[in-house]
Amino acid sequence: MEVKELICINCPMGCPLTVTIDGDSLSVTGNTCPRGADYARKEILSPTRIVTSSVRVNGGTIARVSVKTRSDIPKGKIFDVMKEIRAAQLEAPVEMGDVVIADCAGTGVDVIATKSVGRA
Amino acid sequence: MRYHDIVIVGGGPAGLAAAAAARKAGISDLLILERDNVLGGILNQCIHNGFGLHTFNEELTGPEYAARYIAQVEEEKIPYRLNTIVADITHDRQVTYINREEGLVTIRAGAVILAMGCRERPRGALNTPGYRPAGIYSAGTAQRLMNIEGYLVGREAVILGSGDIGLIMARRMTLEGAKVKAVAEIMPYSGGLKRNIVQCLDDYGIPLKLSHTVVQIHGKDRLTGVTIAEVDADKNPVPGTEEYYSCDTLLLSVGLIPENELSKGAGISLNRVTSGPNVNDRLETEAEGIYACGNVLHVHDLVDFVSQEAALAGENAAEYVKRKKSPEAAAKPARRIPLSAENGVRYTVPQFLEADGMRDTVTVRFRVADVYKDRYISVYYDEKRIMRKKKKVLAPGEMEQVTLTRKSLEEHPQTERITIRTEVE
Amino acid sequence: MKKPQYDVAVIGGGVIGCAVARELSRYDMSVCLLERTEDVCSGTSKANSAIIHAGYDAPSGSLMAEMNVEGNRLMDRLAEELDIPFRRNGSLVLCFSEEDMPGLQALYVRGVANGVPQLRIISGEEVRRMEPNIADEVVAALYAPTGGIVCPFNMTVALAENAYENGAEFRFLTEVTEIRRDGELYELTVRSNGDGAVVCVKGAACGEGAGGTNRLIGAAVEGGEGTVTARFVVNAAGVYADRFHNMVSRRRISITPRRGSYCLLDREAGGHVDKTVFQLPGRYGKGVLVTPTIHGNLLIGPTAADIGDKEGTYTTAEELAEVTAKSACGVKDIPYRQVITSFAGLRAHEAGHEFILGEPEDAPGFFDAAGIESPGLSSAPAIGVRLAEEIARKAGAPLKERFIATRRGIPHVAALDREARAALIAERPDYGTIVCRCENVSEGEIVDSIRRPLGARSLDGIKRRVRQGMGRCQAGFCTPRTMEILSRETGIPMEKICKNRPGSEMICAAVTERKEQEHEIS
Repeated sequence: MEVKELICINCPMGCPLTVTIDGDSLSVTGNTCPRGADYARKEILSPTRIVTSSVRVNGGTIARVSVKTRSDIPKGKIFDVMKEIRAAQLEAPVEMGDVVIADCAGTGVDVIATKSVGRA
Repeated sequence: MRYHDIVIVGGGPAGLAAAAAARKAGISDLLILERDNVLGGILNQCIHNGFGLHTFNEELTGPEYAARYIAQVEEEKIPYRLNTIVADITHDRQVTYINREEGLVTIRAGAVILAMGCRERPRGALNTPGYRPAGIYSAGTAQRLMNIEGYLVGREAVILGSGDIGLIMARRMTLEGAKVKAVAEIMPYSGGLKRNIVQCLDDYGIPLKLSHTVVQIHGKDRLTGVTIAEVDADKNPVPGTEEYYSCDTLLLSVGLIPENELSKGAGISLNRVTSGPNVNDRLETEAEGIYACGNVLHVHDLVDFVSQEAALAGENAAEYVKRKKSPEAAAKPARRIPLSAENGVRYTVPQFLEADGMRDTVTVRFRVADVYKDRYISVYYDEKRIMRKKKKVLAPGEMEQVTLTRKSLEEHPQTERITIRTEVE
Repeated sequence: MKKPQYDVAVIGGGVIGCAVARELSRYDMSVCLLERTEDVCSGTSKANSAIIHAGYDAPSGSLMAEMNVEGNRLMDRLAEELDIPFRRNGSLVLCFSEEDMPGLQALYVRGVANGVPQLRIISGEEVRRMEPNIADEVVAALYAPTGGIVCPFNMTVALAENAYENGAEFRFLTEVTEIRRDGELYELTVRSNGDGAVVCVKGAACGEGAGGTNRLIGAAVEGGEGTVTARFVVNAAGVYADRFHNMVSRRRISITPRRGSYCLLDREAGGHVDKTVFQLPGRYGKGVLVTPTIHGNLLIGPTAADIGDKEGTYTTAEELAEVTAKSACGVKDIPYRQVITSFAGLRAHEAGHEFILGEPEDAPGFFDAAGIESPGLSSAPAIGVRLAEEIARKAGAPLKERFIATRRGIPHVAALDREARAALIAERPDYGTIVCRCENVSEGEIVDSIRRPLGARSLDGIKRRVRQGMGRCQAGFCTPRTMEILSRETGIPMEKICKNRPGSEMICAAVTERKEQEHEIS
């Protein structure tokens, strides 16, 4: 049996959640509403995050274009994704929504541009 | 002298939403004046996600959120000037601006919308003892250098203040390979959103030291470290709790201040608590025809509320311009009811209600003074409580709001003062 | 006999060194000023009360009194010639009780003996009519209409620029490590700091950088060390003056850095007092001053703490608290919430509390300007004249036929009237792009501060010349933009842009270029 402490992020309440994991079963206490239990379950079983960063652009009006993973990726993959983002380079122009890295770090999720950068 | 129906000072989220709303309300002669070389304001450097949940029902990054409003401005062909600094606004709405192409220009405006945003509180305001080396940045400056210019400001950082920008920068620096050693917060609670504490600090094991502050800055040329100490209830450092952190960077996220130099120049009085103009329910300042919205009015947590507020200012300014132009221009509504903030409510926006010209509903936004659990927010018309709602938790970092209705005010026509307060029972 | 490289080498680019260099440049002599940091006005001259004292404070007959009163007298002309922001706002010394009146009287008598004009003692009521925010307890004050406020940065820069214009050579990032007397000349061992010394000399081939930079980079000192020889040496090294003096003279002097902490308040508080307000030393000790600055801020301080560290320009919580507490004794309702920054400077306090000017008996040709603590800034113009005259007399150097006595400063575009401002912007569009919003500083002014003779090479250098970043946001907004302009104008890469001297780099790397660090997800 394993016990984990979390803080719910759904609202300013910030309920302290206690998650008890016993084999396949998982129970949540400390939550005030059902959203807290859902949150805790997801955070324990498959925590995910959207990663945002920026990528170098050559020949653009600005030096960097902001990017994000199109959807959330497993939390444990954040630094793998960042490694690929850091290595990437683009040539201007870049359109918002352009795929910067397809299937980033084997997550199946694309990294896309979140702003447009024109040619200098 | 050139004339425009509405001149909007600032092309950030507030200015853009105000412009779009004014156009929708039928004003074609608009002009946005923006000091940067792009529209979108601070959103351009806020490359993280979490914007727009209320407005678009999806999680956008800052640039994406801005792009939606910029697209509206472009589609509607609303004129704007970039790289343009407004030098002066007069009480009677003459606006002087400067840019490279036109030089120094003064124009007349039917209405003015103030949407200049806010700035960060600097270190000096904290009066932290020590040297004054390189490596001390306000979090937003570091964010700009990093996200727009592409420079890492340091390799080892301590962050003072747990405002959202500081939390976001803790994660951002970590992702780019820097080591963030701690976030110190002088208050016993964080001013940032819970979600940011979990996803920006906890995810990366960055300690949040509540009731702590930086008491000494070390390093003559470049920062070499800071001393952090615990503070007592009066925010005074507790001797013996000092701890040294070596670092080359100190980021400050210690509050935002509405940028109201132009408003002051126009003779508009500012509210002592918000540092923004006092406004009525139409978001009109004490200078007739000059409206204010967004962070220049009061500092917001969520851009969605900025957009909402700015749209209202845009509509009202449009209405004002149209009314002025119509031959039977109505006199300004006379009955003014002050709103007061009491018992744990620090301020309200608006500060006044013009009862005669009131819309069907008026949203009153405010902040509380401390973290409160299980309290009511109550609205009083004079001595009579006319509504209250129970809140499980209230925090200074989260803006609250109540909605007043024209109908209920009409039911109490003698009301001289509206009061908003928190109540335990 | 070896032929010296220069007639005069001046050690130190503070206000004293620059004043001496400027006055020396009137004569037919070659002058070289050696400064260890990247710019003039980097030590005591940049962190002081920014006051031109009337001259009643120093003991009658002292050099301090003489130089102060004479320096004060020279200020009008100097400010006019060199376009230095200066105003005779007048000063008050407050007296808090009848029993302290003899002290005030003595100060008056001393002032008159020192030759301070227009001094008078005024009543408490008259003080409060003059300055409504003066404390109720004040019973009388000494009023000196000739007291003034000045921009110490632009005063130093102006003196340096004018010296340069008249042929003086400036070497920055050049630290003197040793001085040796060799017959009729002095040999100074110099070390270059950072990436190499920077030599600025009028008419020399310009460097490659954009904007017609007039600096030769790294030309003079190879391998980081070299020598400079001169017939005469001026020791204007501030808190380090004892070190250089003691290299050549057996009559040792000792300079203790006396730290003073200050708080600077927003312009909104600048009108809180109009005159410079001192407190008569009394039961509560020496007190601190409260003054408007020439740029409209309010300045309070300084404290006085003798320390061992000649680089100890840090503030402490105790000293800042002392500034606040003491300033409140003389002036009511100071809006301390409006503090925008605090800082500390070091006064070069010599044990005898007197200026040491001129040649030690056992080191002819070596001219001290040592122990220059308050009223050093006020005395700078007179010290410059005195030492230059002495050296010229000794060298037998005649006055130059063509000395350029005037210099124009950088226009503060936002302060001009509408027509003048519009005309300037039409001519130079970059005067229309405001970079620093708090102080309304345009890109054009920043560019000017870099392109001028002895132009700025650091963010602080720009700040001191045109006030970029000196306002209430303390450079929050304009830092990235200013760094870009400095980089563009000088060719210094962004990673090498410094706040001031080498070692104060602003950023550590481009985001894509930093080294990997291992992180774990919690």
